[in-house]
Amino acid sequence: MQNAEPLVATGQAMTDITREFQRRFADSDVQEWNARRFYLAVERGRIVAAAEFLFREVGCRFSIATGIDTRDGFEILYHFSHDATGVVYTLKTLVPKDDVTIDSITPRVPAANWIERELRELMGIEFRGHPNLVPLLTSDTDWEPCDYPLRRDFDRTPHDKPKPWDKL
Amino acid sequence: MSNDQPTRRIVPIGPYHPLQEEPEFFRLIVEGEKVVGLEIELGYNHRGHEYLAQRMTWDQVPFLVERICGICSNSHPFAYVMAAEDCGRIEVPERAKFIRTITHELERIHSHLLWVGLAGHFIGYNTVWMWAWKYREPVLDLFEMITGNRNHYAMNKIGGVRRDILPEQVPDIRKVLDLVEEKVKMLTAAVLDDPVIRARLENVGVLPRQDAIDLSVLGPTARASGVDIDVRRDEPHAAYDRVGWNVIVFPEGDVLAKAKVRLLETLESVKIVRACLDRMPDGPIEAKVEGIAPGEGIGRTEAPRGEVFHYVRSDGSNMPTRHKVRAPSFMNLISNEIAVKGYSIADAALCLAAVDPCYCCTERMAAFEDGKLRFDGKELLRLSVEKTERIRARMRK
Repeated sequence: MQNAEPLVATGQAMTDITREFQRRFADSDVQEWNARRFYLAVERGRIVAAAEFLFREVGCRFSIATGIDTRDGFEILYHFSHDATGVVYTLKTLVPKDDVTIDSITPRVPAANWIERELRELMGIEFRGHPNLVPLLTSDTDWEPCDYPLRRDFDRTPHDKPKPWDKL
Repeated sequence: MSNDQPTRRIVPIGPYHPLQEEPEFFRLIVEGEKVVGLEIELGYNHRGHEYLAQRMTWDQVPFLVERICGICSNSHPFAYVMAAEDCGRIEVPERAKFIRTITHELERIHSHLLWVGLAGHFIGYNTVWMWAWKYREPVLDLFEMITGNRNHYAMNKIGGVRRDILPEQVPDIRKVLDLVEEKVKMLTAAVLDDPVIRARLENVGVLPRQDAIDLSVLGPTARASGVDIDVRRDEPHAAYDRVGWNVIVFPEGDVLAKAKVRLLETLESVKIVRACLDRMPDGPIEAKVEGIAPGEGIGRTEAPRGEVFHYVRSDGSNMPTRHKVRAPSFMNLISNEIAVKGYSIADAALCLAAVDPCYCCTERMAAFEDGKLRFDGKELLRLSVEKTERIRARMRK
């Protein structure tokens, strides 16, 4: 399946993509930062449909996802790059702190495989339906699995304990 | 052990070499000589840059992200300052844009020559290795002249660049460009016309176009699979829209296509640097920055290995509240799981290296069977060189 068929000709695509996005996801909030940066806020439950729309129908390339620990919850940003126009569309969604789960987009967007693993181990977000949610970066032997360094309440003091090589 | 059922063995490659960036651990699953699967483990060099960056001031971060990688040490600060400028809506002076473009393209030249040399070394063509690295050296000397350092150039700052290119340096830069262009042309002809090299690289490690799109691979890895992307053209930044140049795309997806993309891109980079030197306007090299207003910004640029992506969020203070770094190898490495399948162990080293991650892994490989050493780094190199020799002998007949 080839997914690089742009909806419209170069130059107008960004407005048409956001318009189509708003038509499909009625409760979404589209913000323009500048002509090349759009932030599309959607509900947590519709993230897979929104990601699939951008990746398969519009033909965007998946760039990366970012997790941010904010006062209201964990914000997850999925950055999609529309290479025909050079615009970055960022899907934004909020995960509440008392239920830190979200549907994985990896089954529909294979490129998100590693970053979801990374977000889970560094931020503690559980991705439901991810095919292989094992730690990617942190140590197998020297790390507590529930220690999430990118959370605001992360306490690094236990990790500052003297290391064997300090004496060398 | 019966012979009718193919036995699966694991050949571990990696994980660590102290000299190179990005140590990774590859677990090759083999049936005899044939690779049937690959598992990748990484994180051996995870240094927590994102965590550290959120505890530094906006001006300190470029020096930190520069140290993510010794080869792309211009790409990360370049993408970061663009993210901060996007967030703070800062306009960069024209001359600074040209200087950024020049250092960025010089970096691509030296990085691609490094890869060509290593690829040559790995298939037993040490002449290619020595040539490529010999002509990479003057480029590093140029960096020392322009930026003061052979590596970690510290050129980018939010709002501009830290050093100017002086008029008396321009003839020296042109001289090196002429040399590099001539030698890369010679190298391209020598590499691409050599029947043995063709036999080793053609139809090896093929990454099909649809897989390249699904996995969103980047840079030469994508362009060699027929995916026509290049952030320099798609999202014009710095001076890339002021000069004429081409995006090199090949549809085959094999290692030869990746080598062709890199070699021809080097020539395009020479073209870009020349055009920048011709058209560089006079003027200031930095804008006055009063701080980064609250908001969020994305900066991206085409590093030698593909798109580098930086995201920052500001709350108006002197530190970023969030800084996300995505290097191209993060997206490219996973494509090895497809590209290496079905080829022999002798080709595996080359396939794994074709995305230009780093060679650390292969040098430290050791495989044990019944307590006896079966393969190690030298053995892998020997297998690869032997295959070249076999092809060479066959062609001589």
